[in-house]
Amino acid sequence: MKRGTRQTVEKANASTLPRWKKWLPHPLLSLVLWGVWLLLNNTLAPGHLVLGAILAWLIPLLTSSFWPEKVCLRRPGVLLRFIGVVLWDILVANVVVARLILLPSKRLQPGFVTIELDIRHPLGISLLANTISLTPGTVSCDLSADRRQLLVHGLHITDAHQTIDEIKQRYERPLQEIFESC
Amino acid sequence: MLEIILAVLVLVGAVFTLIGSIGLYKLPDFYMRLHGPTKATTLGVGAILVASALYFSFKEETVSLHEVLVTLFLFITAPVSAHLMAKASLHIRTRMESHTQNKP
Repeated sequence: MKRGTRQTVEKANASTLPRWKKWLPHPLLSLVLWGVWLLLNNTLAPGHLVLGAILAWLIPLLTSSFWPEKVCLRRPGVLLRFIGVVLWDILVANVVVARLILLPSKRLQPGFVTIELDIRHPLGISLLANTISLTPGTVSCDLSADRRQLLVHGLHITDAHQTIDEIKQRYERPLQEIFESC
Repeated sequence: MLEIILAVLVLVGAVFTLIGSIGLYKLPDFYMRLHGPTKATTLGVGAILVASALYFSFKEETVSLHEVLVTLFLFITAPVSAHLMAKASLHIRTRMESHTQNKP
């Protein structure tokens, strides 16, 4: 008798979960949209809380066909530390690049390096490319068609291997941890 | 005290934006010129935005967080536009400095 009721409860849960997902396909996206709406209006007034919540629910629902894969974040701690590292590196990058720009241009050694990617998640790759462009003297230029190689231009590259190792250790490893665990 | 902090932030922002513009003018080829604006905008504009957030938070005595959004959008869009320009210029084979290492 008891087992029977538990099974019906489980069955009910299993059938409500997909329906819940159908009505709220991207909870994370909804949360971000709500936050952005409140920041745009720079207010916490009840009217905007409600309006923002409605928009945050409606927009992902109407555009869900544009978002084939679900975004999930398994390791928020790693993500937070990653954001901290990147912000610090941006600060350092600016000082380093400012100094390089003011040096005589003849002394700069520009160059391209190719990074063999281990990360496979599309969002992870785009975040990695973004991060590379924001940090010390590097701009990501091209992703190969099979998404295995990223071409990076450096403003002043003295040791190509060291540059590649740094990017892989500092940025690719944590991004891989965050996205590959889905 | 607040005014000193604000002045320093605005000055730092202005200096870094200026250096970015100098880089845009002075660096020899297209790929190197890309570095100036992508980097300078981040810290230069970042410092000015922090100053703006502080100023309006204290002046109107409510927390002003618009600036967080500006920063967010800037950090998302600046690298994307740099990436697309670099990709396009690789495609049309823009001239690059003769001592560039490992040319693609």
